[in-house]
Amino acid sequence: MSLRRFILKRLLSIVPILFGVSVITFALVHLTPGDPISQMTATNPHMTAADEAQMRARYGLDGPVWEQYLTWMGNVLTGDFGEVISSGQDVSSVIIARLPETIALGLFGWVFGLVIAIPTGIYAAINKDQIADTVSRFVALSGISIPNFWLGLMLILIGALWLEIWTVLPPSRLPLYHPQMLFYLILPGITIGTAAAASIMRVMRTSMAEELNKEYVTAARAKGLPERQVILKHVLRNSLISVVTLAATLTASIVAGSVVVEVVFNWPGLGREFIEAINQREINLIMAITLFTGVFIVLANLLADILYAVLDPRIRYE
Amino acid sequence: MSNEQHTERGRIRVTGFDPEQVRQRDSLSDWTEESGGETEGRFERAWKRFKRNRTALIGLFVVAVLTLLAVFARPITMMGMTVQPFSLAPYDPTTIMYMSPESSAGTYDSPTLSHPMGTDGDGRDLFSRVLYGGRYSISIGFIVVGLSATFGLVYGAISGYYGGWTDEILMRIVDTVYAFPGLILALIIVATLGGGYWQLVAAFAIPGWITYARLIRGEVLTIKENEYVMAAKALGARDRSVIFKHIVPNAMPPLIVYGTLNIGTVVIGVAALGFLGLGMPPGTAEWGTMLDQTRETLIQGPGGAIPWWATVFPGGAIFLFVMAMNMIGDGVNDAFDAQETGIEGQGGG
Repeated sequence: MSLRRFILKRLLSIVPILFGVSVITFALVHLTPGDPISQMTATNPHMTAADEAQMRARYGLDGPVWEQYLTWMGNVLTGDFGEVISSGQDVSSVIIARLPETIALGLFGWVFGLVIAIPTGIYAAINKDQIADTVSRFVALSGISIPNFWLGLMLILIGALWLEIWTVLPPSRLPLYHPQMLFYLILPGITIGTAAAASIMRVMRTSMAEELNKEYVTAARAKGLPERQVILKHVLRNSLISVVTLAATLTASIVAGSVVVEVVFNWPGLGREFIEAINQREINLIMAITLFTGVFIVLANLLADILYAVLDPRIRYE
Repeated sequence: MSNEQHTERGRIRVTGFDPEQVRQRDSLSDWTEESGGETEGRFERAWKRFKRNRTALIGLFVVAVLTLLAVFARPITMMGMTVQPFSLAPYDPTTIMYMSPESSAGTYDSPTLSHPMGTDGDGRDLFSRVLYGGRYSISIGFIVVGLSATFGLVYGAISGYYGGWTDEILMRIVDTVYAFPGLILALIIVATLGGGYWQLVAAFAIPGWITYARLIRGEVLTIKENEYVMAAKALGARDRSVIFKHIVPNAMPPLIVYGTLNIGTVVIGVAALGFLGLGMPPGTAEWGTMLDQTRETLIQGPGGAIPWWATVFPGGAIFLFVMAMNMIGDGVNDAFDAQETGIEGQGGG
């Protein structure tokens, strides 16, 4: 199968997957007792049963669940994700407003992970089974084991409350593109990137150590290449294959991590919005964010597979 | 032809065959019946290697200690009977110190001799709460992994063994659940079912079996091509016994490795939901829920002393347990030498 057909087939398979995701989410959310409208009815004595019915009709929340689902699906196919019931905002405009915040955070964490992990991984592999390697392995294991929310709290505790380098939250929230925001991205960025960094470091070390044992390395050394060139030109290229693939897969864990980390740092991104949506049972918002991340995850996994196939010509796609 | 050798076997007369010669000829391989008895199984060998791994043993020790501390933190009564009478924790995890007459402790007291980890924002003894809190996280971790591994094992084995349409349909379901990133599905489930112990188990077991199913299916696909599987089928073994007696035991190592590492991931996930206020009811001595209560104070800055102990100790307990669990997992991985299923690609909640 050609690469093009492989990609096409995988892209097509996204459709039923997203359909399934939407059905599962819709069903679960609708099993949940209570929604913003019943909350309004409960808190507002002026709302009559007729008002409630009228509101339900307006938001498509009357009728059997399958009918509601079909209405919702029809709207989504025309690009209409509905409204946030409690505020009346468009769901798509909320997502567009929040998305850059999450992307900035995730990107920072991801770059942080790669920048820390790749050199450390190389260093550990070259000095395999020496002290530096043992220490870095221990650090990597800690990085994987540390709960990200606790890491975030500890960074606030150390960086903001004890050392007072940062204020806990940006003084008055600056726009995201303000250069000073880069400074305030550091703590949440580290928090979100640590687990990724630790995973990449371990894979980098393992695959590099494996490559170093291969015969072409001996050959390169035997013909008198300087060690630096052997490592950077030959070994690194081959061992990066699994790292690149992993880095693509890790975007999923970064997306999931953003939910918790944004709550820790009060970061106004999609993740925090999702938690609020869950707490207030904002069905349209929950649906939209879940679908959105679903698309993202599926595409990231596809990208990982494609990268793997492109980088290693021995891989066959089925 | 009287000197021709022959053997009598029942009513069949075999000519030209001398059993003596067969017994005396050189064997084709080194195999003897005795050496067959001495060969270690895969699991025995793995266990021997595991026992030599110091890091893994430290991990095992820490997990055992934390588990025992949680079990013996407060007495356990079941149906009116005291099953476990010991009480290592000095106070009940819900006792508010300043309400009781014999204590002078208030809210957010720093660690002292009588309260080694200080008190929390409601004036409860943190040391007792941290010890007790292990009950939730640790037991949920083991139950979830047990449930999802069992279900995923059966599911993946069926999918891989039968192939074809069965496989196609079963795997599409897996792909769908796989499209929910980590915590998202757990969050939605908890939002639907509400918080609580068994709700948390469901929230992590429902998305959790997917990886086991994928792992086992992949293993089964390679294993079922082996000759011994064909031999078992040729001998007339039923599908069920081929799958569970011949294929599954050989597919176990990566499952065990992943399962060990998965316990840590689940524990972090449970704590994360607690931290988001969606796990156990507020006030429960669960590690994540405890962190949720102190976050606000930390963010706002309490004016005066920072109650670092309320953040450091409960989170440190999660970290310690997960770290120890991952050390065991790494050790199991090395012992089985199953490098394809490492810890990579998960972690961090």
